[in-house]
Amino acid sequence: MKILVPVKRVIDYNVKVRVKSDQSDVDLTNAKMAMNPFCEIAVEEAVRLKEKGVATEIIAVSIGPKACQEQIRNAMALGADRGIHVECDTFPESLQVAKILASLVEQESPGLVIIGKQAIDSDNNQTGQMLAALTKLPQATFASAVEVDGDSLKVTREIDGGLQTLKLSMPAVVSTDLRLNEPRYAKLPDIMKAKRKPLAVMTADELGVDITPRVTTLKVTPPPARSAGVKVETVAELMTKLRDEAKVIS
Amino acid sequence: MSILIYAEHDNNHLKTETHKLVTAAKQLGDDIHILVVGSGCAAVAEQAAAIAGVARVMLADNDAYAHQLAENTADLVLSIAEGYSHILAAATTTGKNFMPRVAALLDVVQLSDIIGIESADTFIRPIYAGNAIATVQSSDTVKVITVRASAFDAAEEGNSASVATLDTVIENTQVTFESDEMTKSDRPELTAAGIVISGGRGMQDGEHFAMLERIADQLGAAVGASRAAVDAGFVPNDMQVGQTGKIVAPQLYIAVGISGAIQHLAGMKDSKVIVAINKDPEAPIFQVADYGLVADLFEALPEIEAALAG
Repeated sequence: MKILVPVKRVIDYNVKVRVKSDQSDVDLTNAKMAMNPFCEIAVEEAVRLKEKGVATEIIAVSIGPKACQEQIRNAMALGADRGIHVECDTFPESLQVAKILASLVEQESPGLVIIGKQAIDSDNNQTGQMLAALTKLPQATFASAVEVDGDSLKVTREIDGGLQTLKLSMPAVVSTDLRLNEPRYAKLPDIMKAKRKPLAVMTADELGVDITPRVTTLKVTPPPARSAGVKVETVAELMTKLRDEAKVIS
Repeated sequence: MSILIYAEHDNNHLKTETHKLVTAAKQLGDDIHILVVGSGCAAVAEQAAAIAGVARVMLADNDAYAHQLAENTADLVLSIAEGYSHILAAATTTGKNFMPRVAALLDVVQLSDIIGIESADTFIRPIYAGNAIATVQSSDTVKVITVRASAFDAAEEGNSASVATLDTVIENTQVTFESDEMTKSDRPELTAAGIVISGGRGMQDGEHFAMLERIADQLGAAVGASRAAVDAGFVPNDMQVGQTGKIVAPQLYIAVGISGAIQHLAGMKDSKVIVAINKDPEAPIFQVADYGLVADLFEALPEIEAALAG
């Protein structure tokens, strides 16, 4: 069974983004870039399924400018067997990404697509669901446990108020939540080996997907600042303030 | 313009997210319809019909919808989507699960997690974990939107809109529900609570969360946690407050042993009053706290408990 894992190049999650002074966008000049954390979890899960003998091949896909190949190589260093880079000048919108991935699913016929539940830049949380809808494959979002049993799949999902377990026929689309696994670090020899793994480059046009944007960003501003209040010395003082000044407890 | 709202409920009770979405919808138009999808949920439809400003409620009540699985729900919404200019669902794990499917099948982009409405096609939404706020304009004919409910006030009740029954049954066989394991709690839900008390890595282990729970029970509060506390295995993920967890905006938020990482602040900084208790006076959480107490939480929490009991 093949597993397709999309990986997105985003700003490193430890970097605090700043808004450009002309409010056109966030300023990513010289910012450290990395693989989206939820995508790392997706790669890790795919690698574990391969280690268990469930998967035979892992294909890492990234969509965007040429620099995205870094994240594909990174996925290969972690265990992906080959890569596909769909080169675009900018990062397409979620629906377009889903259409590109749907086209690749048709070409590659993976048994499973494991995708991060959201990218930490646009915070949309929608590509996996869109891909499932477009390909008519069953979906299990926000996975915290994945178990392959023959040609079906059991997925435990993180939902509001607890956990839900679904049984899906395969092929299927699974999106990863935080607790699914703890991704490993790439080892140096594997990083070297990754450089020699096959990487195919194609365009959205070749896949028949129009990537003209539908959503225009009119402006990007910093969030309203919240200023620090006062320090209290004792619990008694805190309780008095909460009762008499803020009036939030009785 | 007609607006369709997907009701948030648990088959018994309509959740306040729906009331808040009605407030959002009123900024878009005045023909507001609510769709209730579930099983044995007729009472929910009645509750929805009582929200002021709602013109019509539709009820799809069938076993196939008991767990509101994305495949069935999305196709049902699509079957009635025609004629609506906007389709809204709360940005809960239910809304986030099925709404992107509705968008994809209508061939439109979904506008996720909006916190403000500028006009019928222009919306405000947080990006980069809330570190930037984007104003975005969609050129799509239908706007498919998930709404961060905490950013809107709840609409009042006092109405008796008509309730129509939908007989369409969609049952996808590729996915079946196996089981669920809901956290049992008599406390209010995190996203609906007026007071939230959360613990971070400073709690040291899961058992110490009992200290927060006792105070929560005294205050009628919900208990939350930072991602660090979840990652450390102290508590389950459904307690996580933050960009990758729940977004809360209660009247009072008490952060205990939480340093205040960006991603946590993104989940709680819209709270009305923030209290931080941390032994590190340099902890970033103090920069957003209205009241900061530099103290050892293991001393401060019992004192708070005693003060509330007294």
